[in-house]
Amino acid sequence: MTTTTVTRTSAAVEQSRPRRQLSTAGRRRIAVALTLAGLIVGALFAGAPVLWMVFSSLKANPEIFAYPPQLITENSSLAPYLAILNDSRQLRFFLNSYVVSLAVAGLTLLVAVHAAYAFSRYDFPGKSIINIAVISVQAVPPITLLIPYFGLVVALGLYNTYPGLILTYMVFTLPYAIIMMTGYFNTLPRELDEAARVDGTSSFGALWRILIPIAIPGMVSVGMYTFMIAWNEYLFALTLTRTDDMRTVPIGIQLLMGQHSYDWNQMMAMSVLGSLPVILLFIFFQRYFIGGMTSGSVKN
Amino acid sequence: MAVLMALPIGMVVWFSLQNNVITNASPQFVGLEHYLEIFADAQFHAALKNTAVFVLASVAAHLVIGLAFAMLLNTRLLPHWVKTIFRTIFVLPWLLTVAIVAVLWRLILNPNGVFNYLLVSTGLIDAPREWLADPNLALFAVVLINIWCGYPFFMISLLAGLQGISADLYEAASVDGAGPIRAFFSITIPQLRPIIISMTLLDLIWTSHQFTLIWMTTGGGPLDRTELLSTYTYKLAFSQYMFSAASASAVVVLVISAVLAFAYVRHQRARD
Repeated sequence: MTTTTVTRTSAAVEQSRPRRQLSTAGRRRIAVALTLAGLIVGALFAGAPVLWMVFSSLKANPEIFAYPPQLITENSSLAPYLAILNDSRQLRFFLNSYVVSLAVAGLTLLVAVHAAYAFSRYDFPGKSIINIAVISVQAVPPITLLIPYFGLVVALGLYNTYPGLILTYMVFTLPYAIIMMTGYFNTLPRELDEAARVDGTSSFGALWRILIPIAIPGMVSVGMYTFMIAWNEYLFALTLTRTDDMRTVPIGIQLLMGQHSYDWNQMMAMSVLGSLPVILLFIFFQRYFIGGMTSGSVKN
Repeated sequence: MAVLMALPIGMVVWFSLQNNVITNASPQFVGLEHYLEIFADAQFHAALKNTAVFVLASVAAHLVIGLAFAMLLNTRLLPHWVKTIFRTIFVLPWLLTVAIVAVLWRLILNPNGVFNYLLVSTGLIDAPREWLADPNLALFAVVLINIWCGYPFFMISLLAGLQGISADLYEAASVDGAGPIRAFFSITIPQLRPIIISMTLLDLIWTSHQFTLIWMTTGGGPLDRTELLSTYTYKLAFSQYMFSAASASAVVVLVISAVLAFAYVRHQRARD
């Protein structure tokens, strides 16, 4: 950016001298080349390990540490994926992750939309509490909450169940979700739902029929954010579940590591499958995602 | 909502003052005994020191790499679609679950793995290393992994900040004869300062909570060299079932985070 401005200004000054303009164009070309070189180095740093994961997931296990390393080996195939997809134990981990993450995203949205509507449209004495809750969620170490939550979840009979995990995750997702949805509702003019209420609709009806349909972009961003938190969580999933039929993908990958004598290709295949939902969500909804990330952290 | 935070915190403080909670039906009040116990524990000291090194090195690198990548992505020299592709690639490490990051880097850093191959074949080291099992290298290795998967969060926020800086500022500076380096230190950094401070404080808090990465790569070893406060606390509770001592350690972790959170809140207030 700096370089552009510099080039532009010098271009303006030197407009009358065509010979020097060539050198300006030359300098611009150098700036483009340097920027591209920086971007490519960065892309190698960020992307090469991910590429290595993908190509390793296709190799036959004895080829994993072939010397010298190769991207595509003689026996590369989809066999590691088929091995994962034909193993009911591994499939169960994926099912659990989807059930828990979708339930967390759905329930969080359901609660957050109503709470945010109240916060946005009515004056509430407890408004500042939600801000405190958001900061607490960001600041309180999970390891500190783990011991009492473990005690509570066991006492409530929710140990090693879906509701135990879902309710625990919602404690972490709800404050973000409420803050983000309140911010979104605040951008929608009050006249919209007030007009509906003059026509005799209840405030509940105004929310569902008028506000929610136009708040879909905000809900998509909150939904993805919460899905991702639940999908990626490890510490509570490790501690609050015990049996394979309740374990989620991050724990499943770890179990794969201990159980066989390191079937690296299958571990990588499972990693690719475990990464896909979040990466696909990101690629298709990038704009919402980045909006959610920045409003979730910096602006509140 | 506040209850769901305040109640557990109250519980963990209460646990830390008693003996044999959870495992014992009628625990006794023992005061600060467990705190004295962990403060005298050499392993706790190691964890404290490792956490400080791990957090400071990671956060400093996140900031530098995040800022460098954000500035590259903010260029006006390249078309939008090119920048979108690079931005997606740059964000990739952050999209991977930490558990997956851990397994992936165990493959890469394996003694027979591709990282050793690259370093040996370029002559940077003479023989393959056991990056995650060598007591002298393990902390460096987990910091490296944490740098790789943590910088995109900085990058995205800084990129949003860079896009908010008015181009007029840079034009005025170049009219005054300031070069790109001068403009960086006199315009870019001061304009980004609020975001840099917020993100640094948040990253300090979050990095000090890191558990999964350590647990799935080194488990705190070798010789406690990568033991962090989080793994130390977890082991006390769920490997040794010393829930009271673990609670005391958990309260110490909480106090450290609370100090950072207090600084964060004050900074946010000052910004508003």
